[in-house]
Formats: sequence, structure tokens, C-alpha cells
Amino acid sequence: MSNKSKYSQSFKILKKKELCPDTYWYEIEAPYIAKKLLAGQFIIIRPKEHSERIPLSIAGWDRDKGTIHIIVMSAGYTTGELNGMGEGDCFSDIVGPLGVRSHVSKQDGTCVVIGGGYGTGAILPTAQDLSDLGNRVVGIVGARNKDLLLMIDELGEACDEVMLTTNDGSIGTEGFVTHALQKILDAGEKVSSVLAVGPVPMMMAVAAMTKPLGIQTWVSLNAIMVDGTGMCGACRVSVDGKTKFACFHGPDFDAHKVDFGELMKRQKMFVEKEKEAIEAYSK
Amino acid sequence: MGELSNKERMKLPKQEMPLHPGEERVKNFNEVPIGYSDEMAKQEALRCIQCKKPGCIPGCPVGIDIPAFIQLIEDGDYAGAVKKIRETNFLPSVCGRVCPQDKQCQMDCIIGKKGEPVEIGSLERFVADYEDKNNLRVLPDIAPDTGKKVAVIGAGPAGMTAAYELRKRGHEVTVFEAFHRGGGVLVYGIPRFRLPIETIDADLKLLEDMGVEFVYNMIIGRVLTLDDLLGEEGYDSVFIGTGAGTPKMLGVPGENANGVYSANEYLTRIYLMGANEFPKHVTPIVQGNKVAVVGAGNTAMDAMRTAKRLGADVTCYYRRAKEQAPARTEEVHHADQEFINWKFLSNPVEILTDENNKVTGVKCEKMELGEPDSSGRRKPVGTGEYFTDEIDTLVFSLGCAVNPILPMTDEVLSVNKWGIMMVDEKTYQTAREGVFAGGDTVTGGSTVILAMGQAKTAAENMHKYLNGEMPWSDAKVPTDPTWPGIIWDAPKPAKKAKK
Repeated sequence: MSNKSKYSQSFKILKKKELCPDTYWYEIEAPYIAKKLLAGQFIIIRPKEHSERIPLSIAGWDRDKGTIHIIVMSAGYTTGELNGMGEGDCFSDIVGPLGVRSHVSKQDGTCVVIGGGYGTGAILPTAQDLSDLGNRVVGIVGARNKDLLLMIDELGEACDEVMLTTNDGSIGTEGFVTHALQKILDAGEKVSSVLAVGPVPMMMAVAAMTKPLGIQTWVSLNAIMVDGTGMCGACRVSVDGKTKFACFHGPDFDAHKVDFGELMKRQKMFVEKEKEAIEAYSK
Repeated sequence: MGELSNKERMKLPKQEMPLHPGEERVKNFNEVPIGYSDEMAKQEALRCIQCKKPGCIPGCPVGIDIPAFIQLIEDGDYAGAVKKIRETNFLPSVCGRVCPQDKQCQMDCIIGKKGEPVEIGSLERFVADYEDKNNLRVLPDIAPDTGKKVAVIGAGPAGMTAAYELRKRGHEVTVFEAFHRGGGVLVYGIPRFRLPIETIDADLKLLEDMGVEFVYNMIIGRVLTLDDLLGEEGYDSVFIGTGAGTPKMLGVPGENANGVYSANEYLTRIYLMGANEFPKHVTPIVQGNKVAVVGAGNTAMDAMRTAKRLGADVTCYYRRAKEQAPARTEEVHHADQEFINWKFLSNPVEILTDENNKVTGVKCEKMELGEPDSSGRRKPVGTGEYFTDEIDTLVFSLGCAVNPILPMTDEVLSVNKWGIMMVDEKTYQTAREGVFAGGDTVTGGSTVILAMGQAKTAAENMHKYLNGEMPWSDAKVPTDPTWPGIIWDAPKPAKKAKK
């Protein structure tokens, strides 16, 4: 509709980089969103007019330049469609910042931030936030193999130390992010808080490990959303037996209270439709 | 037409609104009521006896001079009739379709006391359609620029009305909307078969033509705060019309099963995102063949009739009796014609699921009516008897709470214990100087027309405030957390239409 507004944001892709196959980093023009983003918040993006509205974590921003950074892995139809867009293209709509800031404060011990796959982008702003508060921050990044590890250098700048894990041992510790976390604990380092962002099984494994140790652990939940503003409830998650909306109560929740099993099943609610869409548009 | 006596007029039969037949209309999303022909409209207008003390006007939350516009229809002056309505209501096309006339203007129609009330809603729709067909939607007179800047938050019925009233008075108006398009609940919550989108877009276009600026994708409270709007952004006053969009949960085991939707999610996927045209529009909806809808309000009816159009066998579960259903009479009637199954006095206590968290059934307690409760309705009480139905989709429609984002992000705004924004009951001033609120935000969920009425009053007061005629210190903003929100008591004393 009306376009003359001083508030109109172009949502133009200024820069696009391939991080690993099917996974891209974007710098997008969105000055009003850039001005207000806090670590842990997210956006809802509708890549094209006919697209779904999907939530995406924020991997960073540049307030002066008026840009925001996202990392997108092609996982379904809409992320694939998004990754088909290139520099100079404009997204149809972006709304944000949404959700609340990550739970950060000055801690006695070390703060560990753990990223699995594309989730590594999402832990960057929180790592920086924790660092700025004067914490010792250790980053752990895990992937299946060394080619799938991403944002290592950027994370290195925000953390005091970064540990890598790969399932095949092609770089860093062989195994999972939990093995790296175990290493930190075995070294006798006091860990005060953990943030884990990535695939649900990874977040579950971290939560299961830290719970008996009583380490405060946060996870950022990537629930399915429509509006992202608390209006539809698609993102319902059970936390401590109570229904919460990931969009405005979260996206970060106490990992020891989240019903991950339910979340994983809810994430599969539309898989058949995803396939249908991919098929329909591949013709 | 000649002169008919009142007695003769009262003998004339009501003109029934023609409808597409149930079996045909459940196959598409076209509007169900066809609309009056000229002849029908004139005949219906003849039934109005032009009461000296009309019951209808006080029953209208925006005080439309109903007898006057009906007289103009009788005279054949349809353009004049719609102009008359527009003196007090800028959304005649919407109101003619979605107002609960049976609980407002038509409830107190004098001839309705002995027979059927005049079909005021159908007549309003008729002249609004006439206006659209003949491109008569003209810009209202706009006062010279006042130099004052006003922000309106939310582009739903309340925000649209506030924008209209404030722009008319010469203020610079910017509407901030979180979604990617305007219309609010009119678009995401009311089905196209009740309210065609063209008419909403024409109303939005009128506002744009008046010089109202719309900014989409702006979530106020997060991207800009009230501090920003009233500070750096230079707004002199703010109207909050963010609605009551947060669905109330069922609170029973299984409520987060796959295939369980809030009515908001269900309707939003379809009417805002176009899921009924998947994959042309990529937003999906997964719906099986047996759909349960819990609740019996207007939104529940909308969900049922939508599910039917998507090919399901649909059953309504409601813990009270049919007569107690809060929906507009006409909606229940229309749902009836569309082969909805009813299970009244049935209270869902558990949603059954399979190992994939997919809904498979609903377990209900049979209820019976006991003593009247605080709402005056006989309270449903459990019988201790249960039954279970196999279903594959469940939509719950239990009303909404006020969206919390704005009060969460501002330290001055105050809300009651249910999250309803506290405002002065007469002026709609909030606890924060310069900020007014109206619509579902201050009622906790009501009708389009009430939201419009409140927004209009709020806008009139904002105008006074902007002119320095309303000191903020006089505001009586409630502080009691049990304050119930704004409640509309019809009827109010009739207001004379301003010339």
C-alpha cells in the first residue's frame, strides 16, 4: 500500500554468503529493527508475497548501518525459497524484534554458549552480551563434520575460548557438544550458566547433562509460528507443565523444564505439507 | 409510495435476507447473504414507523440516526441514506454485515415488540453496497492541518476508526500495524463468507486517500516504544487499538496436541495467509475429516463454517445449552443450515492423542443446567457421566485475552488482573499522559461496533487533549486490579445527530 513513509524499511539483501552447503548468511537492510534488537530476540520473515511467515534467529546487527544478520539453512520449502533469493532482492516483510532478551547477567563462574549447526548464529549476540557484562564466555560449536561448522571466527571474537566438536572427529573433539562441555567440567572449571541453541536432540542432551549438576541452562526454542506476536498460539510449548508461547514468553526457556518430546513432535506437524509445497513448486 | 398509516406499515411482512443455500455455499467462500434488491430494501424501509422516540438509536454504539437513513431509503435516495450513516459511522459496509443487531439496534425496535423488528442491518448493508457499486465513497471534509501528530497502534476496527476521526479533525495520523496488511480482526478473524475483503480494502483505501499514513510490520513496544513515539518521533498523542488477540487456552490434558488449534491460529492461517489455497499460498493447514470446535461464540461459528468449507464433518462442543450460545442468532442459524452437528452441554475434559502427539479423540463430561451464575445464565454443572468421540482436528474458541506486548514494554501503562488496559471510563485516557486506548484492549474482547464506538469517543477526547482543553490530571484511570474493563450498557440516551 502506501510507500512514502519515513518508516518504510526495504528489507533488501545487501550481502549474502554461503557458509556451507544450503546454509547462507545474510545482511539485510532493516534500520528500525537493527536499532532495537537485543541478544536472543528473533524476527518473523515473509520472504515473498505468497510465502509463509517463519521465525528466524538473529545472528547479529549493525545499528549504525541499519542492518540485521540472519543465517538460514534450507530445511523446508520456505527456507529453501528464501535461500533462492540473492543480493539486491527485497524480502516482502520482516517484523521484529520479537521475543525477550536472553537471560544474561554477571555470573561468578564461566558462561558456556553452545551452538549446533545453524544455531551457532543465534548464540553469537548472547555470547557478546555475556562478554560485555564481564563474564568469562566459552563457546562450543558442534557439527557432523568440519565443513559444516560455521561462524567460528565470529564466535571467537565474542568468546574467551571456542571449542569445536565434530561427529566424525574431522576437527576438534570427536563426538557431540556434550563431550566438550564435559571436558570443561572435568577441568574443574566452575560453570554458572549454559545457553544451547540448535536441533532439539542436542538441546535435550545438554539439558540432561546439566540438570543433575544444577547448572542454570537456557535453550532457545524454534517452535512453529505464524504471527510471532502472541496472537495465534501455534508456538505453544510446555514448560514446567504449563503452556507457554515461545513467541513472547520466550524464545529462551529454562532447559530443565521444557517438554522437548512434545516440541519435537509439534515441529513435525506440517512435514507432509512441506513436501507437497516443495513438489508443487519444483514442477 | 403514497402515505401508509403506521398500522398498515406494521402489517407489512419482514423482507427475509436471501441466502445462498447451505449445500451450495459450503463448497465455496463466497458471501452467504445475497443482499436486498432495490424493491426489497424499499419494502423493508416501509416497515419503519419513524418513532418519535426511537429505540434503535440508543441501541447503536455509534448512535446512527437509523430512522432518518431508513426514511431516505423509502424515498429512494440511497446515496443520501449512506451519507446519513456516514455522519456517525465510517464502516457501514462492515457493520451492516457483522454487527449483532439482534442485541443492539434491532433489540429495541418498537415494531419488534409486537412482531419482527425492522431489518436495520440488512438495510445498512444495502446502502453500503449501493455506495460501493456506484463509486460514491467520497472523502469526508477534512479540517485544516493542526500541526499535531498522532500515532495509532493497530490497524483493526478501533485503530481505523480513531485514524478516521483524528484525520478528519486535521491531525497528521500514522497507523502502525504489526501484520503485513491492515484490517486487523476483520481480515484475520472474520471469514470472507461473512465479510468480503474488498470492502475492508476500500475502507483502508479511503483512509489512505484522506492522508492517513499506514506503516506495516511495526510491532510497537519492540521496534518503537511509547517513549520513542512520544519523544524522538514527535507524536503529540497516541491511540492504542491493539485488540484482544491472545487466545485463552483450554487448560485440559492434550491441549498442545498436533491438530489442536486456537481459533485465532486456524482462522489466521486461512484468512490472513490463504491456507485454503495451499500451495498457491504456502502457509499450510492440516485438517482431517472430523473436526471438533469447542465454544459457541461468533468466532467458534466462523471456525466451524470454515472447517465445513474445507470438507470436514464438523461438531460443536459447548458446555452450556444452545440458547446460551453467545454467538449472534444469525450465525448459529447459518451454521445450522450448513450441517454443523451440535453437542451442547458437553464439556471437553481431555484431548486424546496417539504416540505422535496427534489428536485422536475428545473426552467430554455431560453437563446439566444448574442455578444462574453471575452472568445470569444457568450454570452448567457436571453430571459425572463422560463420553468420548473420535476426532482428528480440534479448534478451541474460548475467547481471547489482551495482547500483552505493549503493557509489557511500558512502565506507565496499567492493566487489570486479566491484562485489560485500565482507562478512564468516559474519556479512554490511559495511565500514561497523552495515550488513549479503545476497542478490545479495554474490554477484553467484544464486537467490532463497540470497538468503533470507543475509538470514536477516545478520538474526540484526544482532539480535546491536543487542543489543550483536557488536562491530564483530571483523568480517572482505575487502579483496582479487579476493575472489569469497559462494559457497554445499552441503551444510552439518544444523541441528536450533529449537522
